[in-house]
Amino acid sequence: MGEGTGSAVAELGSRAGEQADGPSLLLRGVRKAFADVQAVDGLDLEVPRGECFGLLGPNGAGKTTTIEMCEGLTAPDQGTVEVLGLNWHNGADALRQRIGIQLQETQFPDKLTVEETLRMFRSFFKRGISVEESIRTAQLEEKRKSRVGGLSGGQKQRLAMACALVGDPELLFLDEPTTGLDPQARRHLWDLVDGLKQAGRTIILTTHYMDEAERLCDRVAIMDHGKVIALGTPQQLIGTIGGEDIVEFAVSGIEATGHGSVDVAPLLAIPGVQSHRVDAGLHQLSVSELHLAVPRIFAALNQQGLHLSEFRTHSATLEDVFVRMTGRNLRDE
Amino acid sequence: MSKLEFSSLYQLTMVRFRLFLREPEAIFWIFFFPILLAVGLGIAFRNRPADVLQVGATTAQLTQALAADKGLTAETLSEADGTHALATGRILLLAIQRPDGVAYKYDDTNPDARTARLLADRAIQTAAGRRDAVQAGNELVHETGARYIDFVVPGLLGMNLMGSAIWGMVFPMVEARQKKLLKRLVASPMPKWQYLASYLLSRLAMLIIEVAFFLSFARLAFGVPFRGSLWQLCLLCLLTSLAFSALGLLVSSRAKTMEAASGLMNLVMLPMWILSGVFFSASRFPAVIQPVVRALPLTAAIEAMRGNMLQGIGITHMMVQVGILVAWFFVPFGVSLQIFRWR
Repeated sequence: MGEGTGSAVAELGSRAGEQADGPSLLLRGVRKAFADVQAVDGLDLEVPRGECFGLLGPNGAGKTTTIEMCEGLTAPDQGTVEVLGLNWHNGADALRQRIGIQLQETQFPDKLTVEETLRMFRSFFKRGISVEESIRTAQLEEKRKSRVGGLSGGQKQRLAMACALVGDPELLFLDEPTTGLDPQARRHLWDLVDGLKQAGRTIILTTHYMDEAERLCDRVAIMDHGKVIALGTPQQLIGTIGGEDIVEFAVSGIEATGHGSVDVAPLLAIPGVQSHRVDAGLHQLSVSELHLAVPRIFAALNQQGLHLSEFRTHSATLEDVFVRMTGRNLRDE
Repeated sequence: MSKLEFSSLYQLTMVRFRLFLREPEAIFWIFFFPILLAVGLGIAFRNRPADVLQVGATTAQLTQALAADKGLTAETLSEADGTHALATGRILLLAIQRPDGVAYKYDDTNPDARTARLLADRAIQTAAGRRDAVQAGNELVHETGARYIDFVVPGLLGMNLMGSAIWGMVFPMVEARQKKLLKRLVASPMPKWQYLASYLLSRLAMLIIEVAFFLSFARLAFGVPFRGSLWQLCLLCLLTSLAFSALGLLVSSRAKTMEAASGLMNLVMLPMWILSGVFFSASRFPAVIQPVVRALPLTAAIEAMRGNMLQGIGITHMMVQVGILVAWFFVPFGVSLQIFRWR
C-alpha cells in the first residue's frame, strides 16, 4: 500500500492542532483501480468539521469507491486517507467507534424487529445514544416492534440511518441515502439530515440527485471518471455556467434540412445569452436576465422562419453544471 | 438496562437465536425430520416376530397344507394368476401341483422367498406324512442393542448434527453476505471474532435441545440403549457439531450466492451421507477406499457414537475417531479464517 505523496502530507501542518480543529476528512492523491477500471484517479479532498459535503456524479463516477476508502472498507492503491486526524492503518478501532456509516443496499435481517436491530448495533459502540433516542431521531417510533421485512423503502433507509447514529458519531457517511425512494420519503430523509446538520455533525454524502446535493450540501464535489471535475458551494458551481437560467427549445419544420438550419450566431449575439448547446434536437441556452433575453430569442427564431415545438425555462441547477462540464447528462449511463 | 444489553457477543448470539426461532422450516428440519426418519425406519425395519410370509398354491389341497404352517399364509391361485402375483411381489412363492410332485416357483435371490421355500416344503412334506428324525425346540432372543433401530439411531444422530451444523452456518452466513449485511457489520466497530463466535454459541445451545430431544425420543419410543457414559456422549456430540460448524464456515467463507453455497454443501455432505455408514455399516465398502471412508468426519462421529451407545466403549479407547474430529475442527476453521470474505 502506498504511503502517499510526500508534498501533500507536508501541507497538513502541525499534528497537535489536528485533533481539535483539523479537517474531518482529508484525501491526498488517492487512486484505486479494480481490474482494468481506474475507479478513482487521483483525488484530493478536504472536508472541515461541521460541514455537509456532497460527492456528486453519475453511476460509475467513483463516488462509492471514494466513500468506501474513507470508511476503511477499501484500501487505496495510492495516496493518503485521513479521517478525524487518524488513518486506517493504525487507528482503525478508534475510528470505527467515532464514525457512523450507512452503506448502499444493506439489507438488515427481515425477521428482526427495528428495536432488536438497533440494540445489536448499539452494543458495538462503547458510547452512544440510547436505542430509544435513535428510534426517535429516525421517527420510527410506531415501527419499533415491527419486523424489518415489513418496513417500506423509506423506513428501511431511516433504520439504516438510525444504525449509523447509535454510536453518536462525529462524522457520518451516507452513501446514496435516497436512491430508490419515492419523493415523499426522500423529503422525509432530507429533513432528518437537516436535523443532523444542525446538531453540528460532519456529513459526507454521495448522491446522483443534483437537487438533493443543492438542498443538503454546504459544498459539493462533482465527480466523473474517478476525478473531481468541479468543487465548490452549489451556488458557486451554478455560477460557473454564466447564466442563472436555462432556456430550452426545439423547432419544427427543419427535419428536411437538418438542424443546422438554426443559425446560432444571432442567438449568441443577444445580450444575456452566455452559451448554446444542442442535445438530441433540444437546444439549450444559458441565460442571465431572462426577462429581457426571452423576447429577443423569440424574435431571432421568428426571423429565421422557424416554428417552436417546445419552449421552456428553468433555473440553472447542478445538473446543468454537470452537463456543461461533461457534455453528458447525469443519467446517460 | 442490564450489562448484557451492552454486550455485543450476547446481542449477536441472541440475534442468531431469534432468527433461527423465527424460521419455522429450520425448526422442522432440525428437530422433527430426524424423528420422522427414525420412526419411518423403525417401522420399516422393525424385527417382526410373527413374520408371516405370503405364498400361493395351485390346488386347494396344497393351500391347506401350506396354511397349516404358522409362518405362512396361503391362497389358491391358477398358475397364470399365481405367476402374475409372484411377478408383482404379492406372493413370495407359488407351489404348483405337477403329475410327479410339487414345483416351487420363487426368486432365489430374495432371502424372504428362500425362507418361504423352506417353510413351504416343510409344510407340504409334513402334510404328506414326513416325520422329524431329531426332536428340536427353539429358544428365542430379542436383545435390544442388536436391532436395526439401535444401529441406525447413532447414525441418524450423526447425520443430523452434520446437517444442522453445516446448514446453520452456511445459509445465514451467505445470506448476510449476499444482502451486504456482513459488509455493514465490518464497517461497524463489531469485533469480527464475536460474529463467528455468536454462530458457535447459538449452535451449541441449539445442540443441547436437539440432541436431548432426539435421544429421549429414541429411548422412549424404541428403547434404544445407552451403554456408555452420557457425558462422553455429550462430549462427542459437541465435538461433532464443532467439526461440522468449522466445515460449514469453510463452505460459507467465500460463496457469494445461495446457489453456489448449496452446490458446495451438497459436494461436502453427499459423500458422507453415502459413505459414512448412517444406514448400514461403512465397513461394507471395498478395502481400497476404507482409508478415505474412515477419515471422513461423519464416519468418525458415527463410529464413536455407536461405540459409546451400543458397546459402552469409553472415549479413551476411541482416540482415533476423536482425533479425526478434532482435526476436522481445526483445519477447516484455520483455512476459513484465512480466506473468509466479509463482503
